[in-house]
Amino acid sequence: MSRVRKTLQIPLLAILALWAEMALADWETNLTQGVTEISREVYWMHMAVMGICAVIGLVVFGVMAVSIIRHRKSRGVTPATFHENIVAEVIWTVIPFAILIGMAIPAAKALIKMEDTSDADLTLKITGYQWKWEYEYLDKDVRFFSNLAETSREAAALDSGIDVTKMEHYLLEVDNPVVLPVGKKIRFLLTSNDVIHAWWIPEFAVKKDAIPGFINQMWTNIDEPGTYRGQCAELCGKDHGYMPVVVEAVSEEEFDAWILEQQELAKAELESGDREWALAELMERGEKTYQSACAACHQPTGTGIPGAFPALAGNAEMLADLDGHIDTLINGRAGTAMQAFGSQLSDVDIAAVVTYARNAWGNDTGDVIQPSQIKDAR
Amino acid sequence: MNAQATHADHHDDHGPAPGLMRWVTTTNHKDIGTLYLLFSLLMFFIGGLMALIIRTELFQPGLQIVNPHFFNQMTTMHALIMIFGVVMPAFVGLANWMLPIMIGAPDMALPRMNNWSFWILPFGFGIMLSTLFMDGGGPAAGWTLYPPLSLQGGDSFPWLIFSIHILGVSSIMGAINVVATIMNLRAPGMTYMKMPLFVWTWFITAYLLVAVMPVLAGAVTMLLTDKFFDTSFFNAAGGGDPVMFQHIFWFFGHPEVYILILPSFGIVSEIIPTFSRKPLFGYASMVYATGSIAFLSFIVWAHHMFTVGMPLAGELFFMFTTMLIAVPTGVKVFNWLSTMWRGAMTFETPMLFALGFVVMFTIGGFSGIMLAMTPIDFQYHDTYFVVAHFHYVLVPGAIYGIIGACYYWLPKWTGNMYNETLGKWHFWLSTIFVNILFFPMHFVGLAGMPRRIPDYSAQFADFNAIATVGAFGFGFSQLLMVVLVYKCVKGGEKATDQVWEGAQGLEWTLSSPPPYHSFSEQPVIK
Repeated sequence: MSRVRKTLQIPLLAILALWAEMALADWETNLTQGVTEISREVYWMHMAVMGICAVIGLVVFGVMAVSIIRHRKSRGVTPATFHENIVAEVIWTVIPFAILIGMAIPAAKALIKMEDTSDADLTLKITGYQWKWEYEYLDKDVRFFSNLAETSREAAALDSGIDVTKMEHYLLEVDNPVVLPVGKKIRFLLTSNDVIHAWWIPEFAVKKDAIPGFINQMWTNIDEPGTYRGQCAELCGKDHGYMPVVVEAVSEEEFDAWILEQQELAKAELESGDREWALAELMERGEKTYQSACAACHQPTGTGIPGAFPALAGNAEMLADLDGHIDTLINGRAGTAMQAFGSQLSDVDIAAVVTYARNAWGNDTGDVIQPSQIKDAR
Repeated sequence: MNAQATHADHHDDHGPAPGLMRWVTTTNHKDIGTLYLLFSLLMFFIGGLMALIIRTELFQPGLQIVNPHFFNQMTTMHALIMIFGVVMPAFVGLANWMLPIMIGAPDMALPRMNNWSFWILPFGFGIMLSTLFMDGGGPAAGWTLYPPLSLQGGDSFPWLIFSIHILGVSSIMGAINVVATIMNLRAPGMTYMKMPLFVWTWFITAYLLVAVMPVLAGAVTMLLTDKFFDTSFFNAAGGGDPVMFQHIFWFFGHPEVYILILPSFGIVSEIIPTFSRKPLFGYASMVYATGSIAFLSFIVWAHHMFTVGMPLAGELFFMFTTMLIAVPTGVKVFNWLSTMWRGAMTFETPMLFALGFVVMFTIGGFSGIMLAMTPIDFQYHDTYFVVAHFHYVLVPGAIYGIIGACYYWLPKWTGNMYNETLGKWHFWLSTIFVNILFFPMHFVGLAGMPRRIPDYSAQFADFNAIATVGAFGFGFSQLLMVVLVYKCVKGGEKATDQVWEGAQGLEWTLSSPPPYHSFSEQPVIK
C-alpha cells in the first residue's frame, strides 16, 4: 500500500509544482473573474464544473492506472471472465445523472438572470460591419464608429517588420473606445450591417452574435472603472481578427460629461459640411477616412487584391465617372463586399475620401469634391 | 467453420484482375476498403499540411507567412478535408474491409454501388482542392458555411457546393450499403445482439448518415439558390433568416459529430477485450448507450449556437439535452474500464492507441460538459477552448480509433506482422506531441483568444508557440506510420490466423491474409 502511495506522490507533486510555476510566470491560463456580478458567478461556476470534472477524471484515470499496473499478463494473472453486473451499471448511470442535475440547476438559474434585459438605465446599440463596430447611444444622439487603432493596423501588415511583442495591446486597441458608466444596468442591442459578427468582453461575461436583419439583446452592470478589451468572436471574413472591442468604464459624472462633449463634436461636424473645403484639407481628411474605412479591402495604397477587391490606383472606370464614383460610395454595390457608406460616413468624409481616391497614388485628376455635392447626390 | 477449406473447393474461384484496372473496376469489398483507406491517408497528409500552415502562421504574433484571406481558406479547407476526406472515408474503408468478414458475409450487399461510392470521392475532392487556385481563392467562410459570409465567396462557391453534393452522395451510398449488408448478409445464428460492437456502431452510424446527409445537401442547395437564383432563404432583407441556416446545418452537424466518433467507439470495444483477454463488459448496455447517443444527437444541435440569441426556453432545452449525453458516454467509458479490470493485459500498439483513446477522448468529454452549460459557454464560445475540445475528441479520439484499427487488423489484411517497435514509437511520439499541440489551446481559449484569427495579441504568444511545436512533432510522427505500413505490406514475420492471443470473432477464423473471396459459404454461429 505504501508503495502505491509513494508512486502516486511523485506525479502529484510534479503537477502541483508545474501549476505553481505557471501561476507565477503570469501566463494567463484561466478564465477571468471579470468585473460584474454575472461574470464572477460564471467564473465560479466554471471553476466548480472544472473541479468536478477533475475529480471524476482522477477517479476514472486512477482506476485505469491501477488496472494497467496490476492486471497485466506479465504479472502472471489469469483473466477473470465476468462481463456484466447490473448493480454496477445502474450505479454508474444514476450517479452521473445526479451530478448533472446538481450542475444544471445553478446553470439554469444563472441563465435566467443573464437573459433578463428589463429595466435598463441605458441602451447602447451595437452594429457590426466588415470590419468595425458602430456604437449608438439611443436617445442621446451620439453615434460613432470604432476601428482597429492605426498603430496595430500598420504592425499587422504581412511582414511589417514591427515587433508586435513590444506593443501594448496589439490588436486590442481602437480609435474610438465605447464609454460606459459604472454601476448602471446597461442594455446592449446587437445587429449587423453585413455578415454575422459577435460582440464579446470577457470581463463582463457577455457574448452575443450581431446578425443582419435581427436585433439581439444582452446586458451588463460594471462594478469597477477601467478599460476592458475583447474581440469579434464570429468569423466575419478576411479581417475578422482585426475588429477589437474596447470599453472604457467611467463614473456616472464622467460619462455625462463625455456624452455632452460628443454631442458638441457631432454638431461641429455637421456644420463643417456647409463650408467650402480646400484640396489640401480634403486630402488630409480623406487619407484618414480612407485608411479606416477603405484600406482593409482596397489596401493602403489602393492596389486592391486581385480577384477579390478591385484596385483604385489607376482604376479607369472610377476615374472616368465622378458621379458613378460618388454613387458607389453612397449606395454600395449590390452582390459585392462594397458597402453603402452613405449611412456610415458624413458628407465631409465622403467628399474627402472621393477627392483623396481621385488624387492619390498617381490618380492625378485634380478633382475637388465639396461636401455640398455629396449632400445633393444623396 | 473453416472457410478457407470450403473456399479452396469452390470451382469458379477467381482472383483479382491483373494490372491497374483491377482498382478501377473492382467490386471486391477488400479492394475497395484498401482504396478508401489509402485515399484517407493521402488526404490526412494534405489536410495536415494545411494545419501546419495555420500553426506556422500562429507560431508567433504578427503576420509572417500568409495573408488573412488565405489563412481563412486554410482553416476552412483543413476542416472540410479532415472531416469529409479523412475520418469518414477511413471509417467506410474499415467498414468495407471488416463488416463482411465480421458477420460472415461473402462481400458487401451492393458491390457495384460500392465501387461507385468510392470512385466519385477523388473527383469530389479534386474539385474542392481546385478551388484554391480559382479567382478569389478557395472557400474562406469556415467549414460551417454560415451565410451571409459564405455568400460573399468568389468563383469557388458553386464548385464547393457541387463537391459537397458529390461527397454527400458517396456517403449516403456507402451508408445504404452498410445497412443492406448488415440486415441481409449476417451468417445464420448471428442475431443482432450477437454482432460485434464495431458492426453495431457502424449500423447506427449508417442510419445517422442516411438521415442527415440529405439535410446538408438541402442546406447547401439553399445557399446556392440564394446566391444565384434570387431566393432569400437566409437573407433577412428578403424575409429570410441567416440563423435558420445554422439550425439546418447543425441538425446535420451534430449527428455528423457522432458519425465521426461512433465507429471509433466500436473499434475500441473490439481492441480492449482482445488485449485484456476478457470479454467486453456490458455488451448490451454498450449497444443501448450507442443508440441513446445517436438519438440524443438529433435533439442537441443548437448547443453549437448558444450565442445566436435563442429564446430562454430554447437555451435551457438544449443545455439539458446536451448535458444528458454525458450519461451514455460515461457508461461506455466505465464499461471499457470494467473490461480491463482483472483482465490479463498486454500492450501491443493497437491496445496503446485504444487506451490513449479512452483517456484523451474522456478529456475531450469533460470540456464538452463544460461547454454544454449555456451560461459559461458564453465565455467559451468561439474561443480556442472549443478548438481544444473538438480536437481532443477528433484527433486522439476518432483518429486514434482509426489508427488503432489499422494496427489491429493490419496483420489480418497483409498476412504479415508489423514492426511492433516502430508502432510503439508511433504511439508515444503521437501521444506526447498531440498533447503539446492541443492542451495549451485550453489555456489560450480561457484567457480569451478567439478562434479563426490569423494573428493575436502578445499575451497569447507562449502557448501558441508551444502548440506549433506540438503540431510539427505530431505531423512528422505520422510519417512513421507510412513507413510501418509499407514495410508490413512488403513482408515481415508471418501472422497466424488468430493474430492476437485474445482475439475472438469470425474475422480471425479466416487465413491471414484472407482469400480474395471469403465466406462464399456462410459460417454458422452457435
